[in-house]
Amino acid sequence: MRSILSIVLFSVFFSFSALAAGGNIHLPEKEWSFDGFLGSFDRASAQRGLQVYKEVCAACHGLDLVSYRNLEILGFNENEIKAIAAEYTVVDGPNDEGEMFERPAKPADRFSNPFTNEQAARAANNGAYPPDLSLMTEARPNGANYVYALLTGYKDAPKDVKMMDGMYYNEYFPGHQIAMASPLSDDLVEYADGTEATVDQMAQDVVNFLSWAAEPNLEDRKKMGLKVLIFLAFFTIIFYLMKKRIWSDLH
Amino acid sequence: MRWQQTKDWIEHRLPIFSFLDKELNKYPAPKNLNYMWNFGSLAGIILMIMIATGIFLAMHYTPHVDHAFNSVERIMRDVNYGWLIRYIHTNGASMFFIVVYLHIFRGLYYGSYKAPRELLWIMGVVILFLMMGTAFMGYVLPWGQMSFWGATVITNLFSAIPVIGDDIVTLLWGGFSVDNPTLNRFFVLHYLFPFLIVGLAGLHVIALHVHGSNNPTGVEKKTKKDTVPFHPYYTVKDLFGLGVFLIVFALFIFYAPNYLGHPDNYIPANPLVTPAHIVPEWYFLPFYAVLRAITFDIGIPFTDIVLIEAKFGGVLAMGGAVGILALLPWLDTHPVKSARYRPTFRKFFWFFVIDALVLGWVGGKPAEGVYIYIGQAATAYYFFHFLILLPYLSRNEQAMPLPASIDDAVQARKKYGAKK
Ligand code: HEC
Ligand code: HEM
Repeated sequence: MRSILSIVLFSVFFSFSALAAGGNIHLPEKEWSFDGFLGSFDRASAQRGLQVYKEVCAACHGLDLVSYRNLEILGFNENEIKAIAAEYTVVDGPNDEGEMFERPAKPADRFSNPFTNEQAARAANNGAYPPDLSLMTEARPNGANYVYALLTGYKDAPKDVKMMDGMYYNEYFPGHQIAMASPLSDDLVEYADGTEATVDQMAQDVVNFLSWAAEPNLEDRKKMGLKVLIFLAFFTIIFYLMKKRIWSDLH
Repeated sequence: MRWQQTKDWIEHRLPIFSFLDKELNKYPAPKNLNYMWNFGSLAGIILMIMIATGIFLAMHYTPHVDHAFNSVERIMRDVNYGWLIRYIHTNGASMFFIVVYLHIFRGLYYGSYKAPRELLWIMGVVILFLMMGTAFMGYVLPWGQMSFWGATVITNLFSAIPVIGDDIVTLLWGGFSVDNPTLNRFFVLHYLFPFLIVGLAGLHVIALHVHGSNNPTGVEKKTKKDTVPFHPYYTVKDLFGLGVFLIVFALFIFYAPNYLGHPDNYIPANPLVTPAHIVPEWYFLPFYAVLRAITFDIGIPFTDIVLIEAKFGGVLAMGGAVGILALLPWLDTHPVKSARYRPTFRKFFWFFVIDALVLGWVGGKPAEGVYIYIGQAATAYYFFHFLILLPYLSRNEQAMPLPASIDDAVQARKKYGAKK
């Protein structure tokens, strides 16, 4: 009964995991620094990714769940964060006169959204809605690989595909017709650290950044996990030895 | 000395110490229980974990359609160790079902539902129903796309009930669609149900302690030689099992926290956008497959008279798939409990396990093409197992000779060096 049981358990997990994978378009699998038991964010890449987000994606996409102060985890210091925040203005208020007013953003503010509401976003994008990117890598199956593939997956449409107005052919978008034109092109941004800004490089960097944005506590989680597992393994062995000892007078 | 006096003082007024000593310490348990008997105490521990983490989540959670999704993300990002508490709660629900399903299959294999444990078993089935309701409503709370659309699909099922169906749905929704009142009542009920489960689990244990655990031979304990005191033998064995379980649990929490969830639930609920495939959580998939297997109206043959519409038929079948468990003591009336001594029953037990897995697999597939037929065949087999096979075997299966006592069985195994 016992051995059969473990087989059953495993097959359950694996058959259901196939569900989570979902989709039928095969995604290229990249290795990410945040994968695995000891995964952590590639800070340099994620910082470049922030630049790509700010200079490119932020024209259309919000990052509503992330605050400037969160950038500390990515290795920015307080002054840098203040400076980044101050590049944006936010509407605050009402003040004592009952008026709303504009002020520079502070570290505690959320990333400033390019549009005030969904209608405005649609109006500026031919009716399409650029979704918030805060959770993008969690909100798609195999998210990090998907966003990377999406950003590098623009192609000329095959001849037999009829493109709808204002749509662009993308190998990895479900249905292949996406309302976002390829946002990246070589040398679109200029990296301060001298890294060559190829489409591939920018895509990787922005995926590193967005993966952090989706789960800023990922590193804490993995580090704590290791400690918890060592602790549990230790006590489980002790319990096992105790169990053997206590039962030995019966067997 | 002081302690002894205090203890006596309390004991004289509330016999808590003798109670604990009787039910946890001296409580005689069959000495041959295998590791399948670990899952009951594990289920109780997970229930406590769910309640503890749930209460902390509820301190930060906002049950309002405009705020629910973001309040969960605030827990994930800004609340100290909020991510940990939420991942424990989310994955804890899955662990709870794994453990309870194994606990149930243990009962099915060793005939634990037979006399004198029928009520114990039925209370277990009621707990399963409540757990399903609790988990379903909990999944609605983060108000993601699957929350909303899962709630819409499942609550709509009730409209299939003849005559009163539509009123029931309105009552569930608190309006005319899944909306803020729905979220509010689901939150309240999600908070309430686990405490009902605690009460039922208490009764479950009281009933258990009347006659004690069943055991792998299915032969009731007779003399002192058949048993060992619960403490320390089973306390230490349960602790070891708990350790192994927590390792598996921790692997999910820390290294695959979203593996058992659906990515669509990280998209805020949007009543205007329907997800491509609406799938429930994995632990509902077998029952979801049964629900979708009934694609045809049931009526009087060769006439147009429809007695049960397909949708209602699906609902009945799904409810029946769980409810039929409660009838098991009267469907399987074979005098021998354990599958160990019923070779035919044993074979069919494993067919049934495979059937349940097939149902789970089909439940996650779109309801189209060949999947429909596989789902229907597996559903038919599911009910065939309970309604036809078990009553048939009860009358016709020749069982192997039973050991005279638990102790005899243990000694015999020792002698032949058999491990299993
Ligand atoms: C000119 C505006 C614009 C810019 C700049 C832009 N996007 Fe988009 N994006 C859109 C629109 C519009 C959509 C919705 C497309 C659709 O639904 O067909 C979209 C959709 C997406 C999606 C979701 C695809 C899906 O699976 O639903 C992702 C991911 C994405 N963009 C990432 C990015 C990233 C990363 C950048 C920066 C490198 C970026 N976008 C820059 C307009 C933009
Ligand atoms: C039988 C025990 C319980 C089960 C099986 C259960 C199950 C669940 C599930 C499946 C979710 C959805 C998690 C997600 O996908 O995010 C959830 C969420 C939630 N539960 Fe429970 N739960 C239980 C007990 C409780 C209790 C006792 C409370 C409160 C005291 C509670 C409070 C919450 C809250 C506030 C949420 C929303 C936050 C979130 O989604 O993470 N739960 N529960």
